[in-house]
Amino acid sequence: MIEGIFVDGLIFSIMVLGVLITYRILDFPDLTTDGSFATGAAVATISIVNGLGLFPAILLATLAGAAAGIVTATIHNHLKVPGLLAGILTMTMLYSINIRILGGRANVPLLRIETLYSRMPEQFSFLSEPWALLVGTLIIVMIVKLILDLFFRTDLGISIGALGSNEQMIVSMGINPRVLKVIGIAVSNGLIALSGGLLAQYQGFADANLGVGMVVQGLAAIMIGEFLFNTNKIFLISLRVIFGAIIYKGLMFFGRYYGYYINLTPSDLKLLTGILVIVSLVIAKTRNAASSADARKKAMKKNLAMREHEEKKEIEHA
Amino acid sequence: MLKIEQVSKVFYPGTVNEKRALDYVNLEVSDGDFVTVVGSNGSGKSTLFNLIGGTFPVTGGKILLNGTDVTGKPEYKRAFTIGRIFQDPTVGTAAAMSIEDNMITAYKKGMKGLKISLNHAKREMFKRELKQLSMGLEERLKDNVGLLSGGQRQALTLLMTVLSRPKLLLLDEHTAALDPRNAQIVMDLTTQFIEKYELSALMVTHNMQHAIQYGNRLIMMDEGNIILDLKQDEKKNLTVPKLVEMFKSIKNKEYSSDEDLLS
Repeated sequence: MIEGIFVDGLIFSIMVLGVLITYRILDFPDLTTDGSFATGAAVATISIVNGLGLFPAILLATLAGAAAGIVTATIHNHLKVPGLLAGILTMTMLYSINIRILGGRANVPLLRIETLYSRMPEQFSFLSEPWALLVGTLIIVMIVKLILDLFFRTDLGISIGALGSNEQMIVSMGINPRVLKVIGIAVSNGLIALSGGLLAQYQGFADANLGVGMVVQGLAAIMIGEFLFNTNKIFLISLRVIFGAIIYKGLMFFGRYYGYYINLTPSDLKLLTGILVIVSLVIAKTRNAASSADARKKAMKKNLAMREHEEKKEIEHA
Repeated sequence: MLKIEQVSKVFYPGTVNEKRALDYVNLEVSDGDFVTVVGSNGSGKSTLFNLIGGTFPVTGGKILLNGTDVTGKPEYKRAFTIGRIFQDPTVGTAAAMSIEDNMITAYKKGMKGLKISLNHAKREMFKRELKQLSMGLEERLKDNVGLLSGGQRQALTLLMTVLSRPKLLLLDEHTAALDPRNAQIVMDLTTQFIEKYELSALMVTHNMQHAIQYGNRLIMMDEGNIILDLKQDEKKNLTVPKLVEMFKSIKNKEYSSDEDLLS
């Protein structure tokens, strides 16, 4: 059972890494997520059902997500519409496309077909089944995390980070910010679709509504992670996100499991997630205000001390 | 270096708010020129800079950089030749990233690839560069830029701008938001870099003393026109009262004090 939460959380964490790229690194509130997550699940499922093989299936799912991201970025760049609207447009269109991919159905099962998750217990036969799934998922997440960490240490990755922090600076450095946005949003949605593709295989079906509310859940996980520790290093930021994702899934599990004592139904969880995000925002805001006020006080003290020191020197000179 | 031919800019054309910000301006800046630009608010200084930098397109006329027509080129392409520093110290650097990440982005102009170039050698180089600022930043490579003071950030912006060796510097009141001490430090660094890397520069300033003290040429703008252009020799013997006198005689207007000119 506890292994299940971890597997769930780890698969979810890949999605949250995607949300991290748009919301935190690029500062581009991207709602494509809700659509591209289901796209990943749909593409992976249909590829597997049609016998394309597990690796090509997951690769295709990732690329499909990236393509959705490129669509959003292009709408935003060329029609000069706000990112939010561009994302909503793509997400809405993706709903129809996802059902097309699934062959006109809203739900396609993956039963009695070999998937990554039916392979894992064979691969790690020395482990019990739940543990085999956990180890297999952990390996996938670690690979994704490593690649992502490396990507954000490259010159390209750093400039994407700079774009999110200050677009004028990127322009001043002779870089076309539009191109960077396309790359960043494509990578983000690629990860989100990869996560969807894994989830479909883990739970044994793809559903056109799989992505509903994903953005908010992702934000909740990011914010939980941010309470854990402060850092500006990408490998710690991505680690924090993975922890946050697992904790979020754990919280939701307990909400479902013990919630009935207080008359909570699974359908209430989205409300709780939203409240969780709002509470996190409030706490983060007060914390930020407190720390910047603190920093200002410190700086003033330092300045005063410096000035006094200099005055003393001058007096001694005289 | 820079040639501006018959450039004009009209905002909100065809509406009641129509405003002619630049009125068929001609200007030629030679290699190594350091031009200070003065003029009251709304005289067209910022518009001129925005047109040279490419923030918005011209209404008419041509802008040539090193002999090539850049009139239709986007800002990011012009940035290869132009290094621009704004009044606001937060515009030139990314607050949420470390000093070294900021510097590696600034190190070379243009689109970046999937290469990890931030290594030990680069860090040593950045430390050497940062030492020139004598602000102790060389010890803080991994600190976020958001933690620096305004003066430190503007000095870092200046360093990052010259790191990629532009040909022309556009300084848009880049010391106006700093306290006098930091403004002096940044101004000293500016002249030092301009000499060291043989840059051409245009500097907008509201500080008349600075306008006279720095550079080898001074232009004054008013109502979208360049009304005064003083070269080397004429500029040498210039004083603030003389400059004000010149302005008055050209405009034939009575000003209650210098304040109107300075503000």
